[in-house]
Amino acid sequence: MHTLYNRALGGRSGTVGLALLCVLLFLIFPLALDNFRLNMMSKYLSYAFVAIGLVLCWGNGGILSLGQGLFWGFGGYCMAAFLKLEAARNIAAESGSDQIRALTTVGLPDFMDWNQITSLPYIWYPFKSFSLTILLVFVVPTLLAYIIGTAMFRRRVGGVYFALITQALCWIMEISFVTRQGWTGGINGITDLRTCLGWDIRTKSAQIILYFLTCGLLIGCILIGRFILSSKLGRILVAMRDGEDRVRFSGYSVSKLKTFIFCVAAAMSALGGALFALNVGFMSPKLVTIEPSIYMVIFCAVGGRNSLIGAVYGAILVSYGKTYFSEMFPNLWYFLMGGVFILVTRFFPDGLAGAVDYLGPMLGRKLFSWIGRAQANFPAAVVPIPVEANEGR
Amino acid sequence: MLSRRIPQWLQGMLRGAAMAGLAAVLPLSAHAADPKFPTAAVNTTGLAVTDDVVTVGQLHSVTGTMALSETGSVEAERLAITEINKAGGVLGRQIKIVQEDGASDWPTFAEKAKKLLVQDKAAAVFGCWTSASRKAVLPVFEKENGMLYYPTFYEGLEASKNVIYTGQEATQQIIWGLNWANKEKGAKTFFLIGSDYIWPRTSNKIARFHIERYLKDCKVVGEEYYPLGYTEFQSLINKVKLAKPNCIYSIIVGGSNVSWYKQLKAAGITGESLAKKKQILLTISTTEDEVRGIGGENVAGFYACMKYFQSLDNPNNKAFVPAFKAMWGKDSVIGDVSQAAYLGPWLWKATVEKAGSFDIDKIAAASEGVEFKGAPEGYVRIHKNHHLWSKARIGEMKLDGQYNVIAESPDLIEPNPFPKGYQ
Repeated sequence: MHTLYNRALGGRSGTVGLALLCVLLFLIFPLALDNFRLNMMSKYLSYAFVAIGLVLCWGNGGILSLGQGLFWGFGGYCMAAFLKLEAARNIAAESGSDQIRALTTVGLPDFMDWNQITSLPYIWYPFKSFSLTILLVFVVPTLLAYIIGTAMFRRRVGGVYFALITQALCWIMEISFVTRQGWTGGINGITDLRTCLGWDIRTKSAQIILYFLTCGLLIGCILIGRFILSSKLGRILVAMRDGEDRVRFSGYSVSKLKTFIFCVAAAMSALGGALFALNVGFMSPKLVTIEPSIYMVIFCAVGGRNSLIGAVYGAILVSYGKTYFSEMFPNLWYFLMGGVFILVTRFFPDGLAGAVDYLGPMLGRKLFSWIGRAQANFPAAVVPIPVEANEGR
Repeated sequence: MLSRRIPQWLQGMLRGAAMAGLAAVLPLSAHAADPKFPTAAVNTTGLAVTDDVVTVGQLHSVTGTMALSETGSVEAERLAITEINKAGGVLGRQIKIVQEDGASDWPTFAEKAKKLLVQDKAAAVFGCWTSASRKAVLPVFEKENGMLYYPTFYEGLEASKNVIYTGQEATQQIIWGLNWANKEKGAKTFFLIGSDYIWPRTSNKIARFHIERYLKDCKVVGEEYYPLGYTEFQSLINKVKLAKPNCIYSIIVGGSNVSWYKQLKAAGITGESLAKKKQILLTISTTEDEVRGIGGENVAGFYACMKYFQSLDNPNNKAFVPAFKAMWGKDSVIGDVSQAAYLGPWLWKATVEKAGSFDIDKIAAASEGVEFKGAPEGYVRIHKNHHLWSKARIGEMKLDGQYNVIAESPDLIEPNPFPKGYQ
């Protein structure tokens, strides 16, 4: 029990941070936000999964991937494929004299019909089963990450070169998804997802339940991340980030470790993608290309690339900022977003988490030196201990 | 109004700022509700309708790759709404606009559509441009029961209670144009070219079917697709040269157009050279907006089949073009889609007045048969499948980027989004 407390929760400061996040996610947001905004929050949180993965592989493992959208997208497309097949079956069942419904070949997604595909492609068969879909959501991206990882890290491709390759892969994925229109919905993506196992995911109650599901899984991912980082593996990861050759010379297989953490990050991203498809009811190649992948790195950079919890705040803040600025200033919002990124990276190179680590103790000290004129020794005990992951720097 | 030396993006920003300012100023006059139409009676479903203001949404890309194409639609809709407000509004209520940016990103379109319907309770939304953005928002409009006025010519295969399609569906643009090429220009062989997505593919499928089935002794000698944004057309041009079609039928979209036409000219294929060999190039995807980017000298002598050209000679258009230029600058051009976007607010106003209500269900039901006599394209009427009856016209491209209208369908063409036998 005690090790679990120390390792998964990260000791006292970690528990406090996690508790604050839980209060925010499970209590404050559901109470303060209306249904529409809460659903938007689910969307932001499904990006946070990628940010958590990036904290593991970039912040701690030193592997900068600019193509996490690839894994996120595969997870999302797998889930969307299942939902679309179910929607197609339902439409076929309801089909009456209505010409729109009668148009679709029975049980076939509408976009296949538009692309003159008359029978379900074999590649879609696994998505008839829910359990198989859930399995594929994790297996496909993880396998892909494993292949990329083994191919790259064995040959000691790292740093900028690796980032460029991931970006290229992302682009390849977008192009292949756009051009295989009959299989993937092309540039339109997979739209109009309605039910999951007969449960209408568009209703208010469903969206609230999905929100809590997303939050729960997100906290689960944070705990797994904490567990990995506080283990021996986590320490080797940090060592690898700071001096790869030294770790290699010490006898560790750097490429295997890198591949492992890259796969973990991919699996988390894929989970986020699948939840996105459920929350938003939509999947598009626009979501998996280079631009969103870079946004995902920005979430991580704004939140603090060393901090798992910081990454969640980063994802929420940047996504909310995007929504807010674009609603307020439809013509100028790109400039405002750019300004925010410049300011954050200029003044808080370690992101928000860095700012909290830096400003928190300072404020604390000021506060307590004011209180503690009477109790001289008190302040030292309450200065927040930095999160363990930060010690690597 | 805007100097040529100001870069495009800055012009966009300035225009945007002007629009935002305009939107803030519009609902100035406050007066009591029209006694004939009390708010409680005309708005039973909680839309954003008060005694003197009705809120509508505008959802186009004003940033990103589509901004260049969609700006014309934004401007045309603003013009229509300003004119309606000047003429007393809709059921005595001034129209207020909430503008959202789709950012050329389909998921963003879906998000903003939901925001406009759920949070702003927009009584109608004017917006979308690409088919992909329409497909993204369609489930939102059907779920939240909103009303979208969609301006772009598109592939058809769709008819929703919650959408009014003010552009042409594929058959309205294609069939009559092919007949014209066959009868007037003697075209027997056709080479079909398109960008690789649903609209060009569906359109070419209809074209191929029509050519092979209904045009006597005619055949398709080639069909090629290239990804959106593609810029290397040399090999395609060689294929076209070898196939020697009477008619090059082009549905190349967006930025690719610039490379396509410039490389055609570089390869010696111009309107003039084609005419000597009794060949033509007919497009359904290049409007005045695109020609501005391509340059008139690269396209002069080619033909386009649209329902509207800026040079149309009728009293409505003679009032519309100067009004548009007065509002958005004398250099602005008006393409087919901008005109269709201009129809949206007017058709909505006419429908609301016919229904005597802002309720979406009542508007949807009342839409059939609503007509707009002041349309710059002449006259339009809404069909019961929510598309417009409209004419088709052939324009010949000129050096100055305008079109010479040389042919016009005699009657309004019935919209038929689900053409039998063309599937």
